[in-house]
Amino acid sequence: MSITYQDLEEIRSKAKEKLAARLGKDPADEFKYHVLVCGGTGCHSSGCQAVADTMEKALNDEGLANSTKLIQTGCMGACQLGPVVMVYPGAYHYCNVQPEDIADIVNDHLKNDKFVERLCYRNGKGELQATMPEMDFFKKQHKIALRNCGLVDPVSLDEYVGMDGFAALSKALKEMKPQQVIDEVKNSGLRGRGGAGFPTGVKWQFMADQEADQKYVICNGDEGDPGAFMDNAVLTGDPYSVIEAMTLCGYATGASKGYAYIRLEYPLAIQNFKKALEVCREKGLLGEKILDSDFSFDIEIREGAGAFVCGEETALMASTEGKRGEPRPRPPFPAVSGLFGKPSNINNVETWANICPIVLKGADWYSGIGVGKSKGTKVFALAGMIANSGLVEVPMGTKLRDVVEEIGGGIPDGKKFKAAQTGGPSGGCIPAEHFDTSLDYENLASLGSIVGSGGLIITDEDTCMVDLAKFYLGFTQDESCGKCTPCRIGTKRMLEILNRISKGLGRDGDIELLEELAYMIKQSALCGLGQTSPNPILSTLKYYRDEYEAHIKDKTCPAGVCKIRGAKKATS
Amino acid sequence: MGAECNCNCQADSSKKIDELLSQYRGNPNGLIVVLAAIQQDNGYLPKDLMIRVAEELNVPLTDVYGVATFYTAFTLRPRGRNSINLCLGTACYVKGAPEVHDAIEKELKIKAGDTTEDRRFTFDVVRCLGACGIAPVMTVNGEVHPRMTAEKVSEVLSKYE
Repeated sequence: MSITYQDLEEIRSKAKEKLAARLGKDPADEFKYHVLVCGGTGCHSSGCQAVADTMEKALNDEGLANSTKLIQTGCMGACQLGPVVMVYPGAYHYCNVQPEDIADIVNDHLKNDKFVERLCYRNGKGELQATMPEMDFFKKQHKIALRNCGLVDPVSLDEYVGMDGFAALSKALKEMKPQQVIDEVKNSGLRGRGGAGFPTGVKWQFMADQEADQKYVICNGDEGDPGAFMDNAVLTGDPYSVIEAMTLCGYATGASKGYAYIRLEYPLAIQNFKKALEVCREKGLLGEKILDSDFSFDIEIREGAGAFVCGEETALMASTEGKRGEPRPRPPFPAVSGLFGKPSNINNVETWANICPIVLKGADWYSGIGVGKSKGTKVFALAGMIANSGLVEVPMGTKLRDVVEEIGGGIPDGKKFKAAQTGGPSGGCIPAEHFDTSLDYENLASLGSIVGSGGLIITDEDTCMVDLAKFYLGFTQDESCGKCTPCRIGTKRMLEILNRISKGLGRDGDIELLEELAYMIKQSALCGLGQTSPNPILSTLKYYRDEYEAHIKDKTCPAGVCKIRGAKKATS
Repeated sequence: MGAECNCNCQADSSKKIDELLSQYRGNPNGLIVVLAAIQQDNGYLPKDLMIRVAEELNVPLTDVYGVATFYTAFTLRPRGRNSINLCLGTACYVKGAPEVHDAIEKELKIKAGDTTEDRRFTFDVVRCLGACGIAPVMTVNGEVHPRMTAEKVSEVLSKYE
């Protein structure tokens, strides 16, 4: 049964009424309250399932099941405060909810209309911030990619459609030529959110310009940077937005088949994405003649098998073909010869999540957000030594200080900010003297770091930068696929040097040797993994050379992290 | 990845795997899909089944072995009854996962990546489970233990037989 444009609009107007309570309006459905339990990975890990089960039982026992709608959503963002339960209308945000807290929420809030103060958030100054709009963590955020995450039932097509889902696709199929869709994406200034920052519309144009009997659209869901989990949130919490965006790209570039490559470590994402694919096929939003148009498109899911390098586009395509996930030299670029030797366009999950709003609201709207050549918003995964870790979506150009102090609530235990590490193992660090820097592609590059996939790890005075560099090198060395020599042997040699430095066995000339190796690997490695692997070393050397020297010359670790035999704790 | 299994155990293929093998007969593109199903069924990749996969999908056995040893999801040896995964992603790392790591190795007297002799535990290190908010994270058989410390290791592991 394939739905038509009219069917879609009917579903939408009904769904909008049902969502009214969650969108700041008076409830327009039969439910007095909507109770949302966060089912994101962070909350899942801290036991949200037991909370949801207890809530369901309580609603049944108290006879509230007909007047309260209970939904398990994707990630709401404030992972530190999980398990999170939200009650609408009013967007009351209950933190660290345990099954034994449910009785209070039911009795006070759902029965007597009084919110439960003790479960609400208080900021560092002890001020009560009971609702989501009041919370410092959310105030400065601007959600585009994460617009539906934590607000809707991830696998409910009706709720997605109610949030203007499939409006972009139906607009494109009805009134836009493929080239117009590409132009819209080009003019929006959207750049790849997976790390490289290549203009998305330009990539689409390359593929559209190819003549071929078969082209492929690929979603890169092999989010591997340690410390980054926004793709997980989107795939788990809003799978339809990726499906719709991939379909739009298929229409714009002339592809009829898509692959979504999702890493094995994200079972919830795979489960929800699979379910969403089934629903779309059943409703005719995937398959032959979508929405009664002449356009046909379908998506197949591919589960990764645990290899970081598969996030590199050519490696990902090799893996999709059932081979070892080893990168190959470019050119030819995937747009010319990609998956199965056919023109292919591959985008990151967060990039996909931005597409539908751009097509729906227009390039001007999107390019009005952000700064310079960095348009729109970026999701950062804020973690490490920070009071409120979680997912944070802010306009490009937001100051690092604002993200750390206002959104993140600062460094706990009165410790001092030391550095922010951005871009994971391919990135670098931003030291305290650049605390007021603007988070955008150009600016971070000029500081020797990158936006990358958006990992934002905060370190405090107790973090040793040599140790941090060693951690990242250990990671890339472990994940190097071994195909090219500079990466396979170069990272190994650099790690050996870092190991001896951190043991107090560093030699004169080790720093220079590290630098020489770093530049050589950058120049000669085959793919992004190898080329960027020296960045954590180069960037810590740039700002914390004295720490390296202290390890080598004075045989001390200033932060007291590295175990150096016979070392005195530095007094500085 | 370690050496292959030498225990001569016979692993039968399930109906699901037979179906997958016939779906991808002669089609090397299905290699990872089929291997993943075998891994899930058996907990590792038995040699006999790898040979059968090579024959049915028309992939050289060396390539099957190449793929099997490339991805961390595949193992050539049977795993322990309980599977420990300790996250050493950045957030967990800076919040003390290395100490938890050492404590587990000491408790079980094995190195990361190995299985205890009684096959009670297999201990692996993973890179970022995407739950950085509750770092350091350890999972046992998929059950999550948030905010781990070295002191908690003994007690947590004693729950798994």
